[in-house]
Amino acid sequence: MSEGITLEAAAAPRPRSVISEGRGVRWLLTGIAILFLALFLVLPLLTVFAQALARGWAAYFEAFAEPDARSAIRLTLTVAAISVPFNLVFGVAAAWAIAKFEFPGKSLLITLIDLPFSVSPVVSGMIYVLVFGSQGLFGAFFIEHGIQIIFAVPGIVLATIFVTFPFIARELIPLMQEQGTAEEEAALTLGASGWHAFRTVTLPNIRWGLLYSVLLCNARAMGEFGAVSVVSGHIRGLTNTLPLHVEILYNEYNFVGAFAVASLLAGLALVTLVIKSVLEWRYAGDLAAGGRH
Amino acid sequence: MVATPPRRFHFRRPSVIPGFGLTFGYALTCLSLVVLLPLAALVARASGLGLSGIWDVARDPRVASALRLSFGVSLLAALTASVFGFVVAWVLTRYDFPGRRIVDAAVDLPFALPTAVAGIALASLYAPNGLVGAQLAKVGIQAAYTPIGIFIAMVFIGLPFAVRTVQPLIAEIDKEVEEASATLGAKRLLTLTRVVLPPLIPAVLTGFALAFARGVGEYGSIIFIAGNLPFVSEIAPLLIVIKLSEFDYAGAAAIATIMLGISFLTLLVINLIQAWSRRRFGYV
Repeated sequence: MSEGITLEAAAAPRPRSVISEGRGVRWLLTGIAILFLALFLVLPLLTVFAQALARGWAAYFEAFAEPDARSAIRLTLTVAAISVPFNLVFGVAAAWAIAKFEFPGKSLLITLIDLPFSVSPVVSGMIYVLVFGSQGLFGAFFIEHGIQIIFAVPGIVLATIFVTFPFIARELIPLMQEQGTAEEEAALTLGASGWHAFRTVTLPNIRWGLLYSVLLCNARAMGEFGAVSVVSGHIRGLTNTLPLHVEILYNEYNFVGAFAVASLLAGLALVTLVIKSVLEWRYAGDLAAGGRH
Repeated sequence: MVATPPRRFHFRRPSVIPGFGLTFGYALTCLSLVVLLPLAALVARASGLGLSGIWDVARDPRVASALRLSFGVSLLAALTASVFGFVVAWVLTRYDFPGRRIVDAAVDLPFALPTAVAGIALASLYAPNGLVGAQLAKVGIQAAYTPIGIFIAMVFIGLPFAVRTVQPLIAEIDKEVEEASATLGAKRLLTLTRVVLPPLIPAVLTGFALAFARGVGEYGSIIFIAGNLPFVSEIAPLLIVIKLSEFDYAGAAAIATIMLGISFLTLLVINLIQAWSRRRFGYV
């Protein structure tokens, strides 16, 4: 890798490597890349924290004392606590069926699981309005039975499940395909039950991939904005998740409050990135090749 | 279909591993309820309109201008993200410098940062009184609340796609080929343009298409910086939200169908590029 090149270059001082650019070009390109990333990625992130603390710590913590902020935090945690385990069970089941067995139509199934990735967040929310909304397919049925889905928590959960649907399956399928079926077959031959083989053979093999994908799934579930915005109805204290609360505060020109709440989500993103990077550095072999999202 | 003809038809190849029925059934049920059924509702709604109905919605000046804006700016943004993304991917895989791993990890920030957070951060940075916006205002450029702001947000969210599709392929380049080219007397620039870059083009195009598709559908990071003026800086996804809030489900479904149609075309193009690349270079 690149470390090898520079080591060689350092060991042999004069004749520079023929397979790298000149020093000047290297500096220029590195400079451009870092400047570009600093301007487009790091500066916005720093802005979040700078704006949140623009009026000091007291104003910062005030934003979380509000009952609306608390209920937004509670709702976001609730939605993640339902949608992530749902996608976890789905992801493991789908990966087991797809990776451990051969059947026709497999690649179509994988494509369909991937579908939510290519749908606009707004459209992801909208399709649930078309099904459960007052003028939707089953809207009349649910209204008759007094069950509200759109502009209520169930709709938010459904939209979140939709946008995070592929995350876990997408990581586990290639990982379990790489690992094959030999170890499970050995366990079964030795008399283990299917469940026992899964728990003691498969699960330890996929644990880092599982953690990795749950992490990314959770980050998206807690941060989803477009899809949730369409189905939520923006009822303060009832159907506002954290990202929606950020929007409301910002549109009310309560910038410190908006950025304070946003800093909570930015912190979550940073923690996610750090753990994700550590997993990639430490356990690259235990993650699906090209499993980066 | 199956290599060894089975004595009787099996949907799946026989195996000692248990649990196929349970896991396959469960996965298929979830997929149908969560993904397929709601998407079918959209298709049903759109087919109720018919092609002429969808065309009527698309011809509405406000809708047409929003679609033009979304697709046009996203094209430019994906182009920019691809160019800079390539430089970033090249620097991260080929050069070593202090903090390289941290920079590498930072590339994924737009994936991890909630779009609404990115949106308000970009809006406050590029607003006329913001850190960057004030500098731009001095040279007479207003970024926020204009299509330039939309462009910036789309570059932000498209960048990781551009970097991450090219990066693994740069890492896999066979250095001996470069050495051969150099030994045969090619200057570095010639080696790069004639030997190194051509096999990377399909990956660059794939990254471009992914960034483009993401930009067209993006909502959260754009609406704060866009200003959302009809005919000027109103993007198509926002128009869907507006139509939904007016209970104009048919109009919303029509716009969504047009967007989905173009997204599927983009995906098709990606697949064609990859098929072409497989024939031409032997890998994706």
